[in-house]
Amino acid sequence: MEIFNNLLLGFSVAVTPINLLYAAIGVLLGTLIGVLPGIGPVATIAMLLPITFNLNPVAALIMLAGIYYGSQYGGSTTSILVNLPGEAASVVTCLDGYQMARQGRAGPALAIAAIGSFFAGCVATLVIAVAAPPLAEVALKFGPAEYFSLMVLGLVAATVLAHGSLIKAIAMVIFGLLLGLIGTDVNSGVLRFTFDVPELSDGIGFVVVAMGMFGTAEIIANLEQGDKREVFTGKVKNLMPTREDLKRSWAPVMRGTALGSFLGILPGGGALLSSFGAYTVEKKLSRHPEQFGKGAIEGVAGPEAANNAGAQTSFIPMLTLGIPGNAVMALMIGALMIQGIAPGPQVMNEKPQLFWGLIASMWVGNAFLVILNLPLIGMWIKLLTVPYRYLYPSILVFMSIGVFSLSNNPFDVLIMAIFGILGYVCVKLECEPAPMILGFILGPLMEENLRRAMLLSRGDPSTFITKPISAGFIIASVILLMIVALPAIRKKRDEAFVAEEVK
Amino acid sequence: MKIKIRGPKEFWAGLMFIGFGVFFMIWALTHYQMGTAVRMGPAYFPAVLGGLLAVLGLLVLLESLAMDGPKVPRFHFRPLILISGACVVYGYMMKPLGLVLATGLLVFIAALGGHEFKWKEVTILYVVLIVFSLFVFVKGLTLPFPICPSIVDNCPIRL
Repeated sequence: MEIFNNLLLGFSVAVTPINLLYAAIGVLLGTLIGVLPGIGPVATIAMLLPITFNLNPVAALIMLAGIYYGSQYGGSTTSILVNLPGEAASVVTCLDGYQMARQGRAGPALAIAAIGSFFAGCVATLVIAVAAPPLAEVALKFGPAEYFSLMVLGLVAATVLAHGSLIKAIAMVIFGLLLGLIGTDVNSGVLRFTFDVPELSDGIGFVVVAMGMFGTAEIIANLEQGDKREVFTGKVKNLMPTREDLKRSWAPVMRGTALGSFLGILPGGGALLSSFGAYTVEKKLSRHPEQFGKGAIEGVAGPEAANNAGAQTSFIPMLTLGIPGNAVMALMIGALMIQGIAPGPQVMNEKPQLFWGLIASMWVGNAFLVILNLPLIGMWIKLLTVPYRYLYPSILVFMSIGVFSLSNNPFDVLIMAIFGILGYVCVKLECEPAPMILGFILGPLMEENLRRAMLLSRGDPSTFITKPISAGFIIASVILLMIVALPAIRKKRDEAFVAEEVK
Repeated sequence: MKIKIRGPKEFWAGLMFIGFGVFFMIWALTHYQMGTAVRMGPAYFPAVLGGLLAVLGLLVLLESLAMDGPKVPRFHFRPLILISGACVVYGYMMKPLGLVLATGLLVFIAALGGHEFKWKEVTILYVVLIVFSLFVFVKGLTLPFPICPSIVDNCPIRL
């Protein structure tokens, strides 16, 4: 039983008192920031990243993973209690969770979200332990053509998920790819698009872009609206779900976990696609679909489980291929690089302690979520009653400190502000930032692999469709694009997104 | 024939993509080596992508002339300028003025971007934030920030 031994090794790393402490701190801080309305996991992790700079790699990753789960759970809490999703993935939780809260059932909604997430986390941890080693084996055989095609698939998946116009989403991806090329060209050493600004020669930092697009842009957009929020406080007395609740929830949790675990592995997928898919599935399967949107507990249990499972299995492409499937994973890669580790299939063999320790700590982090958050729920609710006019200057202070401390250079803060303005313009023109961010992350990687693949094939682009694995990825991308472009399905997709937006 | 913009949101989005696409393409073509498909030069990938972005932008733009679309919602310049400005001021004032004063500037400028501004409230918020920053970031995480303005020789704040 190799898996068993590996997991044992992992737990021996993760369950040392000091690493347990880091996991606990991560979960707590992650929830603390994630609970703040309008802040999703990306902004939370980006903000807290500097904290981990002084830690050793294992501790840093364990803490970051804790922050990730904590921020996700915090986002769900905000969705249920205030109807303000911190990130796209918790939009779905708002639909029924908020309605449950309005009916005075915020307690069971929060409890089911926690229990569902914990169950999903346990299963997804096992999925990673089982699936990662063989995938890493396969990944070792990947050449540049395979990597390039896989990234194409990831980017296509990201555009399919975006709201609104498909063309605009693709354009945003390309825009992101271009912005990612700013800096020194690795092959020729030429400085590209740096306009003689020395700070640009290393390229624009991902954290800086993410903070601008998701952080300051979000704050500016929020300030347009009044400070009106309806928070359910004092009503959360009875946390325990009833027997009826549990009976209705267990099947959605199982289905959500299965769906989330699978979708999370796809690059570009992760938490968003998972929770969205799970909600649709539950509504379809339910015997009383009319209750959905009016406080059906299945509508909280399924997506929450899926969301967490997807968040966790999205570590698989990052750990085995070194490819970030979403913005959070890009941050994780950034953190690894800072620690001097190049992510990829070799990590598992060269640093088994780190690899398996991280996987075990995922389970530990999930356990902490349940242990810490349910008793602390009162505190998180208190935090939600703080008016936005106190919150946003505080958020700005933390973001600015985080960005400034990256290299102690005011230039990074300036770039953050510029991307904040760009993000605001994109919000106004209905151009989704998420595909752009993914393009930004993958830009340099894609170019490098494209160049190598073309060099190996002596300039023959058919290499991408004559190699079987690469061809598979390309075909999958084309099918995905065609499905979305077909009018009938396109209409369904639009309807689904509209249903999401109606609150 | 008069061309009418029927979907302003799409029109401006298209224009933005064309602008960025053409800029990246032309800049790459005029400044860097193109190379060949076998050995791609530094201009190859950005030029192709820039061209692609411009074409997609054109499609979006044409769509806006053919089909009715939503208007661009009003821009709120007050929060836009004050929030972005607050961050920039903070970054560039950190070294000359130190953490304590730079944080003050950030908090007060940002607060002006909100709906209501009350001196007392913002001052209390500032005090809380600066104490938190000093203890958590400077003392706890040992981030190397100057605390006092650079002209002050003996900083009275010691942690």
